[in-house]
Formats: sequence, structure tokens, C-alpha cells
Amino acid sequence: MPARWTILAPAAAGAAAFVIPDDRTRRGLLAATGVAHLALTLLAFRVPARSWFDGALLLDDAGRLFLLITSVLFLAAAFYTVGYLRRETTGRRQDMVEGRLFSNSPEARFTGCLLLFLSALSFVCMAQNLGLLWVGVEATTLASAPLIYFHRHHRSLEATWKYLLLCSVGIALALFGTYMLALAGGGEVSLGLPALMAAGPTLNPVLLKAAFVFLLVGYGTKMGLAPMHTWLPDVYSESPSVVALMSTCLLNVSFLAILRVRQVLAAAGQAEFGNDLLVFLGLTSMAWAAVFLLRQTDYKRLLAYSSVEHMGILAFGAGIGGMGMFGSLMHLFAHGVAKGAMFLLAGNILAAYKTKDVSGVRGLVRALPYSGPLWVAGLLALTGMPPFGAFVSELSILRAALAGERYILAGIFLLLLAVAFIGITTAGMRMAQGQPGSNLTEAGKPVAAIHESWSACLPPLGLILAAVLLGLFYPAPLAEVMATASRVTGGF
Amino acid sequence: MISLVEFILVGLVLTNLVLLGTSRIGLCIRMVAFQGVGLALLPLLGHGEFELTSLAISGATALLKGWIFPTLLFRSLESAHVRAEVEPYVGYSNSLLFGVAALGVSVWLGGRMPVPGPGVPQLLTPVAFFTILVGLFGIVTRRKAVSQVVSYLVLENGIFAFGAVALRKAQLLVEMGILLDVFVAVFVMGIAIFRINREFDHIDADRLASLKE
Repeated sequence: MPARWTILAPAAAGAAAFVIPDDRTRRGLLAATGVAHLALTLLAFRVPARSWFDGALLLDDAGRLFLLITSVLFLAAAFYTVGYLRRETTGRRQDMVEGRLFSNSPEARFTGCLLLFLSALSFVCMAQNLGLLWVGVEATTLASAPLIYFHRHHRSLEATWKYLLLCSVGIALALFGTYMLALAGGGEVSLGLPALMAAGPTLNPVLLKAAFVFLLVGYGTKMGLAPMHTWLPDVYSESPSVVALMSTCLLNVSFLAILRVRQVLAAAGQAEFGNDLLVFLGLTSMAWAAVFLLRQTDYKRLLAYSSVEHMGILAFGAGIGGMGMFGSLMHLFAHGVAKGAMFLLAGNILAAYKTKDVSGVRGLVRALPYSGPLWVAGLLALTGMPPFGAFVSELSILRAALAGERYILAGIFLLLLAVAFIGITTAGMRMAQGQPGSNLTEAGKPVAAIHESWSACLPPLGLILAAVLLGLFYPAPLAEVMATASRVTGGF
Repeated sequence: MISLVEFILVGLVLTNLVLLGTSRIGLCIRMVAFQGVGLALLPLLGHGEFELTSLAISGATALLKGWIFPTLLFRSLESAHVRAEVEPYVGYSNSLLFGVAALGVSVWLGGRMPVPGPGVPQLLTPVAFFTILVGLFGIVTRRKAVSQVVSYLVLENGIFAFGAVALRKAQLLVEMGILLDVFVAVFVMGIAIFRINREFDHIDADRLASLKE
């Protein structure tokens, strides 16, 4: 029962947000929905799932996990947004990159779309029918497109257009794959996941493989796997930090979509084929991201490429299977909270320094006494240093690869992790160290003493703490759900 | 005797060739609307028996593809003061050559795929493939944002036709969800085109190129 309200409540709140004229009430509604959504999600962990629309929507264990991380990140985003919208100046003002004038989209639209986006994300977590899964993933694209164009300047518009077109085409291919899956069942099987899995061995193997390729490319586009990731850095660098944070949820649920399809593949006894492709795409993404991380000069793009890298890790872990799948689900959480914190901090840095250039930011630790140290902690969390969660999850994936005697793959995995580590920390630590204002010649203006508001610091602090906790222990109920989820999605 | 389904499919191929060979965006929009109305009949004709679900899907498709999309697209075309595609990356005669090649590949590929059940014409899969290829080609080679949306719709039409073969058990919830999504997609893209036009005074998607490494 609580599960369906995770879809309905944000949808209703989103619709209401469009018509509420008062800013204060609307912001309150956003924060309240965030809290309510997390409460409903936690409740959904305790009560058995009930199906909706004849089993087309059902919150299983895998769905629970993805819903939980979505909910946690949304709560952080909601609280940050309340302060962010208060701090945002209204009216026309100068663009910090090119000095042209621009204004914001109406705040009501931003808040409304954010809530509808959450609703669509919850819908994807619950979808047990591949057709509805597609509907949900496409809905996330459409709900998030207006969010990217919050700052109405030409760069964000370009990013929005790229996002809309690339993702829509990618998703269209996924729909083609979905229909092909139906064709593999001779046209008599419905798109329900249980029906497809029951029909597994009777599915036409050639069509099934072709369908998986289309679905992988389609949902992989939304997940940001290289080489279909090209929309991702542009969107992340041009949209507000909160949107970048919520995009992390978007990448996550696209991963869930791929896992759902692999369930069918595994039921048909073709898991090997899917796993090999996942490993290949995972390593490709990691390698691609590593190259761009090394020579990155824009810190928001740096975080974007880091997302590509981490999506690669998720795909790699899922492709290794077994313990790797479990590690992958752990990594989902570890990466989610760390990346969420980093995006919010990047927003704080951008507000203080007015530049997205790595070279324009110096002395972060001194200039921003709260955000600065958190940024350093976030860097360590993101690159998988102990005691943060990503260390444990990456180690599990590595161990799974070694246990499966895939030594070469494990070696490449380690090497790419090391390269990404160098890329991220070189740029990130350079920003943190030094004297603020020692780069006067580059940025042109000294950094004023910054007052950091609590709404800008507490959400990232909470997320970083969560990242530490995930490295030290997993709550027993969560670990249990994770074990079942990795069995279900891993197919064994 | 040629059946009505086959007649629609041949119409799909011919309209695709028109789309490849014309520079007039208005004509392209009309052709895609024409395709949409034809495709809307497929759920009714596909499997013999007459059902209420099929009727609902068919009606919604016809309304959306035949009336709402063209209206939206014509409106954004007017607001942008654009009538024709100017200098696409691949010229019109070469586009037609591509069309012929794509048709050949589609027929070859479609012939190797199994067709579910009797009553489904052999032609359906190749035509769906061909339409998808034409849509992708258009998105890549046309410069105007409106043309890209039109091509996206062609791609979607191809997938819709394929779905009519593959999904013989129509599920109202799924089909309606898909239609709703496509509607919102075109709607949002229409707004984006309007914004691009206001911001840049043109809708040439290839000139949106300031974001790069």
C-alpha cells in the first residue's frame, strides 16, 4: 500500500506546485514531499508488496533498493533546493561565463517538474512490465528536460535539446527492443516480466539476443554508458546542481531497467551473452571516462565524467555476476550518496567563486570552512578510499572478478580505477589547497568572505556521513534486501 | 488481391521516399501525419477479431498522429518563419539513393525474421525496419530542429508498425502510456524549438555547438 503512494504523492504534489502562487508554501511542499516519500519508502521495506494493475506494478526487493537511494537523494535535494531557490536572485542578470543577460524559468515550473520527476522515478522502480518500464523511463526524460533549462541561457538550451533528442532516440531504440522481445515470444506472450521469464526457454534465442542489444543501447544511453553518454557532461555542467544530483537517480533507474531485461535473458539461459556485453560496456565507459577525467578543466564536467566511470563500474559488477552483482548494488548506494554530496558542493563552490574552471578555484578549504573540507572528504569517497562505502563495494567487485578467475579483466578494472583516481584527485585537490585569491590573475577578482547557509551545507554533510556509514556497516534489513535483490537481478 | 494492411504498408514506403526527397518541411509534416493515420488502422486490421481495446488504441493514435502532432509542428514552424530545409548534410538525390539501399537491406533483414502467426503480411517487418532507418537518417542529416522532430516521428512510426506485428495481445495500459509519452515528447520538443528560435533567431540544430570538450 505505501509503495503506490510513492508514485501518487509526488505526482499530486507536483501538480499542486504548478498552481500554488506562494513561493514559501511551494518550497514547504517540496520539503514535505521529500520527507513523506522517504517515510513511505521505509514503510514499504516493512510491509509485503501488493501488486497493482494485475501485477504490472509491484515493488520487489530490487525495486525497493532503487527506490530507497532515489528517496534519500531526493530528500537531500529537496532541502538544498529550498535554500537554493531562496538564494537565487530573480529577474535578468549577467551570465557568469559569457556576461550575457538571462533570467530563470518560473520557480513553480521548476518545483513542479522536480516532483513529477520523482514520481516517474518511483514508477520505474515498481514497473514489472517491460512496456510500462519503458513508459516510466521516457517519462523521467520528459519531466527532467525543463529542469535543465532553469537558467534560461543558450548553453542550457543547447544541453536541453541534446538531452531531449539523444535520449528520446535512445529510448525509442529501447522500445524497438521491447517489441522485439515480444516477437521472440511468438507474439503471444505479454510484456509482463513474470510471463516473459516463465516463457524464457521457449523464446527465440536469436531475437532475444537482438532485443537485448537494442534494450542495452537504449537504456544504456540514459544510464550514461560510453559511447552513448555524450549528452551527460553537457547536461551536468549546464543545469543547476540539484538537477545534476537528481540525474544520478536517473542513471540509477536506467541501470535497473537493464537489470530487469537481463532477468529475462537469464531465465532463457542466455545470461552469459548479456553479462559479456555488460562487462564490455562497463570497461569501455570506465576507460572513456578516465581519458576525459585526466585532462578536465571544468569541475562540473569532471563530476559528470566521474558518473560515466561509476556507471561503468556498476555495469562491470553486474556483468561479473554473483558477488559482483552484490558489490554493484552496494556501489549504487556508495556512489549515489558521494556523488550527490559532490554535486551540491560544486553548486556551493560555483556560487562562491562564480567560475566552473578548476584553475579559477583555489584555497577552498580556507575560503569555505564547511564546504571546503566536505569537498575533500567527498573526493576521497568518490575515488573509493577507505573508510568510505565505495571502497568496500569496489573491493567486492574486484574480489568477485578474481574469484571467477578473470584476472585480465580484474587488472584492467584496477588500472582504470587508478587512472580515474589520479584525474579526479589532481583537479579536486588543487581546488582545495592554496590561498584563496592567489589566482587573481586568472579569475580576475578575489573571493569575498563567504557566508555559508545551513541549507547549503547540511544536505551534503548528511550524504557524506551516509557514505562513511556505508563503508563501516550495513543495517541488517538493508543487507538482507540487497542479498535477495542481487539473487533476483543476477539470475542466480 | 492486395489486402488493406499491405496497401497501408506500401503507402508507408512511398511516403518515406517522399520524406527523403523533399526540402519542404510542411510537406514532410503532412506525410508523417498521413503515415500516422494509416498506422492507426493497423491495430484494427491486424488480428481479425474486433475488440474495444484495439478501437481505443486506434482512435487515440489517429487523433494524436493525424491531428495533434501536425498542428503542434505547423505552429512551431510558423513561429520560426521556416519553410524549407536548407542544405542538409546529405543532398536530396543522395538521400533517395540511401533510401533505396536501406529498402534493400530492410527486405533482406526482414525476410530472415520469423513472423508470428498467420494473417500477418510478410511485408510488415521489412517496412518497419525501413521506416526506422529513414527516421534515424533524417535525425542525423537534417539541420532544422523541426525536421529532426519530424524524423523522430518517422522513427516512432516505424517502431509502432513493428509493435503492431510483435504485440498481438494489445494491452491498453501499455499502449496508452506509450502514446502519452510520445505526445509529451513532441510537446516538449515543440516548446524547446520555440525557445531556440527566440534565443538564437534560428532553429538550426547544427549551430547549437558551443558545448564541447
